[in-house]
Amino acid sequence: MNRPKAGPCHPYNPRAMPKTCARRSRCSLILLLGLAAALASRTTPAQMTVEITGVGSQQYPIAVAAFKADSAVPQDVSAIVRADLTRSGQFRMVEPGDAPVAEDERVDLPQWRARGADTLAVGSVSHLADGRFDIRYRLYDSVRNTQIDGISYTAPPAELRLTAHRIADRIYEKLTGDKGVFATRIAYVVQFSRTAYELQIADADGANPQTALRSREPIISPIWSPDGTQLAYVSFESHKPVVFVHALATGARTAVANFKGSNSAPAFSPDGKSLAVVLTKDGNSEIYLIGVDGSNPRRMTSNDAIDTEPYFSADGAWIYFTSDRGGSPQIYRMPAAGGDAQRITFNGDYNISPRVSPDGRLLAYVSRRNDLFQIEVLDIALNQELTVTDTVRDESPTFAPNGRLLLYATEVGGRGILALASTDGRARARIKGPNGDIREPCWGPLVK
Amino acid sequence: MRSMRILLTASATALLAAGCASTKLEEKPAPVVEQSKPPAPAPAPAPPAPVAKVEAPAPPPVDPLNDPGGALAKRSVYFDFDKSLIKVEYQPLIEAHGRYLVEHAARQVRIEGSCDERGGREYNLALGQRRADAVRERMELVGVTAARIETISLGKEKPKATGHDEAAWAENRRADLVYR
Repeated sequence: MNRPKAGPCHPYNPRAMPKTCARRSRCSLILLLGLAAALASRTTPAQMTVEITGVGSQQYPIAVAAFKADSAVPQDVSAIVRADLTRSGQFRMVEPGDAPVAEDERVDLPQWRARGADTLAVGSVSHLADGRFDIRYRLYDSVRNTQIDGISYTAPPAELRLTAHRIADRIYEKLTGDKGVFATRIAYVVQFSRTAYELQIADADGANPQTALRSREPIISPIWSPDGTQLAYVSFESHKPVVFVHALATGARTAVANFKGSNSAPAFSPDGKSLAVVLTKDGNSEIYLIGVDGSNPRRMTSNDAIDTEPYFSADGAWIYFTSDRGGSPQIYRMPAAGGDAQRITFNGDYNISPRVSPDGRLLAYVSRRNDLFQIEVLDIALNQELTVTDTVRDESPTFAPNGRLLLYATEVGGRGILALASTDGRARARIKGPNGDIREPCWGPLVK
Repeated sequence: MRSMRILLTASATALLAAGCASTKLEEKPAPVVEQSKPPAPAPAPAPPAPVAKVEAPAPPPVDPLNDPGGALAKRSVYFDFDKSLIKVEYQPLIEAHGRYLVEHAARQVRIEGSCDERGGREYNLALGQRRADAVRERMELVGVTAARIETISLGKEKPKATGHDEAAWAENRRADLVYR
């Protein structure tokens, strides 16, 4: 596996290729190569498909012209960019026509504007002598009649898809002001039968799925480490719930909470040094903090009620969790340093699985109302709640690292699938796998 | 009589089979029917010989745990939706297992709680744990020490019944006793 380097490079200047850039990209490259090596022995699961079921209230009209290729290219870069932007619900694709538009071609911006495209993306993909590809793109504002972005990447064939996601990320950030999340990854569990479970990792669009763990017993509650190199999860491989930490590049796994009783619901602290977990070793389900190596368990809750599903706010100040101490399961939070808990949810008698947005402003959770399980988003400061899904058997919401989208598990037509909803409830999409029940999603961190 | 005949047939077959290995016997059907006829009247009995009394060893004690018809054969406790209260009908079952554990100090038990498919996975895991703990507490009342019981939860991850109706849900709202 001695593949040439790749990665994001310099703002557009095709002739210069600074060394600092090459060096900076190496760390993430090693990570990617390691992951690829760790997963290479596995069979590649079949691809998933995305179906858009709702769009945002405000959409940027954009045309993404076919990128000009000098010969056959294994991935349709412009199609991936279009699909990414469309899935976010924040862009309206203006039909660009079939003719490719090269990155260095003169473009008639007033004519594109007349076709309704306020923004135009064009690009080129060409083979390099060493087998890699040179991918260049430019972004134009046809209203102001000016170029607003341009970059070139060099990537081996296996990273063309990632490069397309990075271009989509740049377009997203240029136009919305928020970080793009198309180059991130997601983890989730697929159940194929009563004795076949897989923990898989895929691109944020569900493409390029790879299996990190295969087991005859259930796997639940995967969660990414803040640096994206590890997953913690609960495995029933020893016929009881045990918390593992799993290094993705090497496949090395450690049982970090394997106490008498049940061990579950891991959540990394934002500094990546500790885990909140739920243990029953001292009685009923209580929240503990442990080192990521399983060391030094410290009890955080102490009562006769269920306390579970801890989740840290991004600033590390709070631990949100589910408790039925008030008689029904509701969301509470307590200072991560310890202290009294305060109740956060009050509507309905079943609110579980809290996830707080990266900016700490929104809380997503599953609510049961009239026997329907749906995802609610609560503006914590304003105490305004919004049902953001149109599905009714929802589980396990997880925020995109830019806080704009939620990924969650649900069931449609008797099958477990993943679905997306924007936090304003307008944009929606469903991600279906070729077979098996898909569940327990967790959205990974932004790629450095 | 029927069983007698089968027995005799079996022993004759066994004799034949044993004979094959060494001396070739004349091959003709074993005289099964004749031997199964009522025996001819016996001659007058000889005077009885003195009898030596022998005490047969007692059969090894049967572990009541392995008695398929015994009180310990039932090892599942069922619960109402969203509840971990032990229903009255299951108290004798739990107490019988508790007494057994008191009497068999080497035995350990794991109590595994389960839930129906409705609701979140982690919250159901906690509910299943609460069910297993409710069974454990009842056993402790009988005198079983906590160290010999492990309570765990399988949540909704290992449903025994795979349907999506009330019958399947009721089957899956359960705590099972698993001896080790």
